[in-house]
Amino acid sequence: MPDVASLPGALGVSPGLSFGSRLRGYLRAIGAVIWKDLAAELRSRELLGGMLVFALLVILIFNFALELDVRTRQTVTSGVLWATFAFAGTLGLNRSMAIEKDRGCLDGLLLAPVDRSALYFGKMLGNLTFMLIVEAIVLPTYSVLYNTNLFNPGLVLVILLGSIGYVVVGTLLSAMAVQARTRDVLLPILLFPVILPVLIAAVKASNGYLQGLEAADILPWLNLLIVFDVIFTAAAFMVFEYVVDE
Amino acid sequence: MTPAPKLLRALNWITGAMFLVACYLVLFYAPREAVMGEVQRVFYFHVSAGWVGALAFLTTAVCGGVYLARGDRRWGNVALASVELGVVFTLVNIVTGSIWARPAWNTWWTWDPRLVTATVMELIYIAYIMLRQGIEDPDRRARFGSVYGIIGFLSVPVTFLSIRLFRTIHPVVIGSNDPTAEGAFDMTPRMLQAFMFSLLTFTVLYVTLLWHRVRLQSLTDHVERLKMRLLAQ
Amino acid sequence: MIEVHGLVKAFGLKPILRGVDLNVAEGEFVALVGPNGAGKTTLLRILASLSRPTAGEVRVGGHRLPARASEARMILGVVSHQPLLYGDLTAEENLRFYGRMYGIPDLDQRLAQVLKTVGLWPRRRDLVREFSRGMQQRLSIGRAILHDPQVMLFDEPHTGLDQEASAMLDELLRQVAARGRTVLMTSHDLSRASDLAERIDILSKGVIAGTYKRGELGPGELPEIYREVTHA
Repeated sequence: MPDVASLPGALGVSPGLSFGSRLRGYLRAIGAVIWKDLAAELRSRELLGGMLVFALLVILIFNFALELDVRTRQTVTSGVLWATFAFAGTLGLNRSMAIEKDRGCLDGLLLAPVDRSALYFGKMLGNLTFMLIVEAIVLPTYSVLYNTNLFNPGLVLVILLGSIGYVVVGTLLSAMAVQARTRDVLLPILLFPVILPVLIAAVKASNGYLQGLEAADILPWLNLLIVFDVIFTAAAFMVFEYVVDE
Repeated sequence: MTPAPKLLRALNWITGAMFLVACYLVLFYAPREAVMGEVQRVFYFHVSAGWVGALAFLTTAVCGGVYLARGDRRWGNVALASVELGVVFTLVNIVTGSIWARPAWNTWWTWDPRLVTATVMELIYIAYIMLRQGIEDPDRRARFGSVYGIIGFLSVPVTFLSIRLFRTIHPVVIGSNDPTAEGAFDMTPRMLQAFMFSLLTFTVLYVTLLWHRVRLQSLTDHVERLKMRLLAQ
Repeated sequence: MIEVHGLVKAFGLKPILRGVDLNVAEGEFVALVGPNGAGKTTLLRILASLSRPTAGEVRVGGHRLPARASEARMILGVVSHQPLLYGDLTAEENLRFYGRMYGIPDLDQRLAQVLKTVGLWPRRRDLVREFSRGMQQRLSIGRAILHDPQVMLFDEPHTGLDQEASAMLDELLRQVAARGRTVLMTSHDLSRASDLAERIDILSKGVIAGTYKRGELGPGELPEIYREVTHA
């Protein structure tokens, strides 16, 4: 039987351990959760597949609802893209948490001697990866379908910042929604009013880059995204344990 | 049943009296605004209701935080009671604003930062109530409510900021005087007195209703506990 | 190893546990029996640090819950009636994931050892969702003993298993317990419980209504006592 105290525990365990080794344990737990989510997804492709098909359908609906001819397209492209990401995102968030809840795996995670915030960051970064993969496929598809060039480093930055804001709040709220009776209906209702500023800022900033506006006009929106990301990461970090602990 | 505390019964009468006085001040004491006419009188209760709505949601966020830290059910009850009142007062705020906007802006609705923020805030707290209804375990319900109350309240100022980056036509009566805003006006001393009294009246009304609502909740809990005891025998 | 004094747990205003006193010494195998709704699972979830007590004192391995929960989790292994495994990962990947969460050194070696113990070494590359209920439950035990815990909690481990799988599980439970571990198991199956455990505690209406050592009772005596206690 190995001496329990010799196991390099995660953050919050074995107060005798140095900060460095506790931090390593914390990061290792985050890494393990991300690895687990990606490995399972790589095999089933249920979550990404669902998100992608749904995203393409949303674009298709927008195409006919807005009659995306050349002129309208210029002004509404960023709006269409972010609406697509927001709708497809709820699908992914719901699924990602349902996997934890359905076989009682959430209990398995909670039994591990790791800080709850490590579980949050693991799930959050996994969800972020899924979001970015979907976005990386939707963008070129949109470019091809409408023969517009969406490759713009500024746009990539906006998408990254916007997706972080979306997922930071989305992961926290999906952990609550999945424990409610009305879970599938509940997530978008909880999420959309709270992340409205992210969507507004992301749409405006994306539009700015696509229209070739000056950096000074876009900067306020980028700042807003960064402020949102920082505030809500901190808030979610603090309250997540109350969402999963009984 | 424990009778209502003396102070609460006194508050009922005080609130009623204050409300009558406020109505008098708003309808007769305050002068008629020159440009907009009688419809401007809606302003006094409109702003007061908005203020109480924001106050109620702040109370929810603060009580939610205290509940998470201490785990005392009573804080969770206050948080829930306050949300329900906040939703009602914010609705009053939005509807009166709309009534005022029709003659002043020539439209019932416009996508102005304050309007949208108030509406988004309303939606957040309707979602809050739906979240609570979707959860059976009372402790978890209170915890999730507290978490969402805090997250929602944090997002309101950011929402306002983000929409404010668009052009605004909402008048800013208090604080600054932007001459470009449509429907802006200067308050005469009598208007100011009526306005201040309305604010005070609505705040007292809020406190009274909150007290009643919290008391109702603790009575419900009490009945629940008695039922349990009866079943256990 | 497990000390519980005056434990009360209420969901909202509804009390589930009404003052439970329970002691399990080091190396002891105790079965907790009782009718549905008596609070067995609730008690186990509190001991597993998954649920907070409303009142009372709970210590696992000397660590007070919930304050010292992370230390207690290091020495706790939990098997519930749900497998707590990911269907889209293989048996080995599931254990590897949990191994990383616990920060186990020489993980590969330990994984091989555990997979052989639970008899799933040949099936280690198969997806868990393709496993039978019995195999899932065995892997679940593998997950629980991965970090070599001193205290094991089993919550109705036989739920949904057929005769053969149950017998296999019994064998595994004995093996796990034989290594000097402290075991607390809930069950509603009296004969199985009295077969496995050294001591039987009856939980009824939120309190421990009786404690019986294996040697104390004659054959057939336990069901009678059980009926008396739970219908009182």
